[in-house]
Amino acid sequence: MADLAVRTKDQTPSIEGAPKPAGALDARLAALNLPQGGFAAARQDAAARLREMGLPGPRDEYWRYTDPRRFNAPAPAALPIPQADETPLFDGLDKLTLVFVDGAFDKAASDDLALQGVEIATLAQADAGKGWAGDLYGVLEARGQKPVKRPFAALNTAYARDGLLIRVTATPAKPIHVVHRRGTTDADAMWHHVIRIERGAELTLLETGMSGARSNSVIEVDVAEGGTFHHVASKRAADPRVGIGHIFARVAAQAQFKSFALSVNGTTMRNETVIDIAGDDAVAHVAAAVLGDGERAPFHHDDTVFITHGAERCESRQVFKKVLKNGATGVFQGKILVRPGAQKTDGYQISQALLLDERSQFLAKPELEIYADDVKCSHGSTTGAIDDEALFYLRSRGVPRERAIVFLVLSFLADALAEVEDDGIRDRIYERLDVWLTLNAVQ
Amino acid sequence: MTATIDLDVREGVDRETVETVQNMGSYKYGWDTEIEMDYAPKGLNEDIVRLISQKNEEPQWMLEWRLEAFRRWQTMTEPKWAMLNYPVIDYQDQYYYARPKSMEVKPKSLDEVDPKLLATYEKLGIPLKEQMILAGVEGAEDAPAEGRRVAVDAVFDSVSVGTTFKDELAKAGVIFCSISEAIREHPELVKKYLGSVVPQSDNFFATLNSAVFSDGSFVYVPKGVTCPMELSTYFRINAENTGQFERTLIIADQGSYVSYLEGCTAPKRDTNQLHAAVVEIVILQDAEVKYSTVQNWFPGDEEGRGGIYNFVTKRADCREARAKVMWTQVETGSAITWKYPSCILRGDESQGEFYSIAIANNMQQADTGTKMIHLGRNTRSRIVSKGISAGRAQNTYRGLVSMHPRAANSRNYTQCDSLLIGDKCGAHTVPYIEVKNTSSRVEHEATTSKVDDDQLFYCRSRGMDEEEAVALVVNGFCREVLQALPMEFAMEAQSLVAISLEGSVG
Repeated sequence: MADLAVRTKDQTPSIEGAPKPAGALDARLAALNLPQGGFAAARQDAAARLREMGLPGPRDEYWRYTDPRRFNAPAPAALPIPQADETPLFDGLDKLTLVFVDGAFDKAASDDLALQGVEIATLAQADAGKGWAGDLYGVLEARGQKPVKRPFAALNTAYARDGLLIRVTATPAKPIHVVHRRGTTDADAMWHHVIRIERGAELTLLETGMSGARSNSVIEVDVAEGGTFHHVASKRAADPRVGIGHIFARVAAQAQFKSFALSVNGTTMRNETVIDIAGDDAVAHVAAAVLGDGERAPFHHDDTVFITHGAERCESRQVFKKVLKNGATGVFQGKILVRPGAQKTDGYQISQALLLDERSQFLAKPELEIYADDVKCSHGSTTGAIDDEALFYLRSRGVPRERAIVFLVLSFLADALAEVEDDGIRDRIYERLDVWLTLNAVQ
Repeated sequence: MTATIDLDVREGVDRETVETVQNMGSYKYGWDTEIEMDYAPKGLNEDIVRLISQKNEEPQWMLEWRLEAFRRWQTMTEPKWAMLNYPVIDYQDQYYYARPKSMEVKPKSLDEVDPKLLATYEKLGIPLKEQMILAGVEGAEDAPAEGRRVAVDAVFDSVSVGTTFKDELAKAGVIFCSISEAIREHPELVKKYLGSVVPQSDNFFATLNSAVFSDGSFVYVPKGVTCPMELSTYFRINAENTGQFERTLIIADQGSYVSYLEGCTAPKRDTNQLHAAVVEIVILQDAEVKYSTVQNWFPGDEEGRGGIYNFVTKRADCREARAKVMWTQVETGSAITWKYPSCILRGDESQGEFYSIAIANNMQQADTGTKMIHLGRNTRSRIVSKGISAGRAQNTYRGLVSMHPRAANSRNYTQCDSLLIGDKCGAHTVPYIEVKNTSSRVEHEATTSKVDDDQLFYCRSRGMDEEEAVALVVNGFCREVLQALPMEFAMEAQSLVAISLEGSVG
């Protein structure tokens, strides 16, 4: 395979001067300008990578189950901005709230960037690119381009205008909550967070809401020895939007990385999580609960995970649960790669779908690639409908049918929700899910 | 040849065991038969295709069919998606047809076959003389047979040497002969079914096979007939630099049953040899076919020199209601294995099963698995795959389970387990699961582990040595698949499992 991530400065063509690539990439880049300011070298590297890779086509094996052309379009279709019809998920929780509108930081709507044990800056700030973040921006993304190409992540590194630069040196008293909001109807939002958890430090990052009519996000997380990073995201889209999100993480010895995402509706969503377990005795968990209803807009949700075990005695878990109805499509592509020498690896992967009607579908490709012998790796995948016997049992105990289905769906999702470490946060998610499921009343 | 392989040995395994394995050369079919051969000129072009067709005395339609495939093949590129690493194959540097000289005039019966050829099969343990099977009773074909009998079609390089028990099978209405004979004598059946499961343009290797297949077996089991004995084909590659391209076509008419066995070996040679076979099975209403393979092509030596490149397309079409197919394979040979026996479950309530043991040792690479395509309602499939990697081998399970929207109430259960022996090998799992209706249930489980220390310790504490203990544990690991094999194959497979792995590092 061609070496995709060559980082030599003199090879980097400037965007304006270079010959334009043909086709989709050309059209896509025409609408974009390389942001001025920080991280200029990293952005140019990423642009060069992107140019070399090109945008994925429908015959690309890594895009077997999701048509990438929606992300390739030069601009998103305009979407009306829905009225907020409920209280935000984490209201009332003690947290530092930072607001992004269409991917740009909204200082006025946010709390002060002051939290004990944490340095917070934004990507758009003039002096961004100096210091610790300069050594990290685009680095994990570039490493994550092998062995599989992720052109939209390179596009993001090159063109994202804003995002957070968070360095955690101790354990702050409260979580950071990033709230995404929509501003204009046809915004093409792109943001890029860089997070560094220093030795022994801890951070919980909450994310809710949606930015843009289309979005492309990258989060690069570097967890140093003994550090802990928890990420809980909740995305509910009432409109037919398109989004791709990436997380690139590097987990050092004895460090912990846990990510949970709740996704409800939307049109075409793809979440790529790329984790490099680089130090011994580290732990990485990725989980998602997805509710997809294709009634108002076609629903297509794709979780693509690539976990590399490069050290000894590490543990990884992937727990993905999808509930699909009205012609919704769920996709799971998960991979565990165990490098030679990564002995005593414990890798686990489960992907399950609950299909609530005949037209919905689940497409899965759970992969293992193992080059060490003293490992324990397993994966499981199941697809099926609501268990009639369980339903009958509940109904025979006097639970109305609709309520019984809500119970069964919640219990189906339980394993994924169990990956949320904080009891208070998990309870809120359960409550909200219960409300959504009841309102949507599955038949 | 005892270049020491730098192998990290686990605790509890003594050096001696490792060295024994490294010097073992356990491939016992590595000898060759010195016999005069007729070759077609090296290389591949339309003339070669015409020549093969002419040598087989084929009708014009068959030649056209081959040429169409050949033209198609020239436009295709070799697939590269498998996790296999091998040098570029020069398709012009191969012989596409090799026939023992003595076979120039077709022998009328086995008695006329060159004794050297018969001796070859005898040495392989394949009885071609029917009387041998009949416990030495000369001319006792009409007498009730004792014990289990198996009818054999033996293919030597490019031609079928002979088929046993033809007369007795004919009494039951079963046609069992070489495919070249079937093309001449049963053109209506061949025309109707050849390419109906694996079309000429199916994939690169199948298309190549469609153009140049030289021989293979043909089976037709008529309506309502249970084939009175097991059928078997034995493939032997002997000539050097010669590719073997056999084509097997099995048709089980309504309500019939047949069990079919396939075995294969090749001499030890330093160069790689190409094998690209196609097996097509058509199963009609209520019929059942069992297809068992013990694949023991020469795997190459411990440094990865030589060995067969095995690119095989096998597919069964359960065309009508309640048709049933069962694939069982024990893959221990070949330097490269690229093989995905598949089931198209078209008929309602049809069933497909796939049981596989794939063992890769030394420098072997195997990328194998199955496809279960559920098209009909209430269809069932089951996949049990056991992959074992040792030495520096790479072993990949690649499979597809597809539930189409119409395949309501269908079921699939997949279990694929990998076992790693030693820290220089790899075990990979690449399943594709596509479910497009809600009433179907699909379950997939995969595990990867090493030989369990506790189990080894238990066996050793009962007085077994390391090798016996590993063989026992591995045989236990493969149990579900071994049980699916017909009796005599199971015995052969079980000892093959032990030989392929003998002592290779607990």
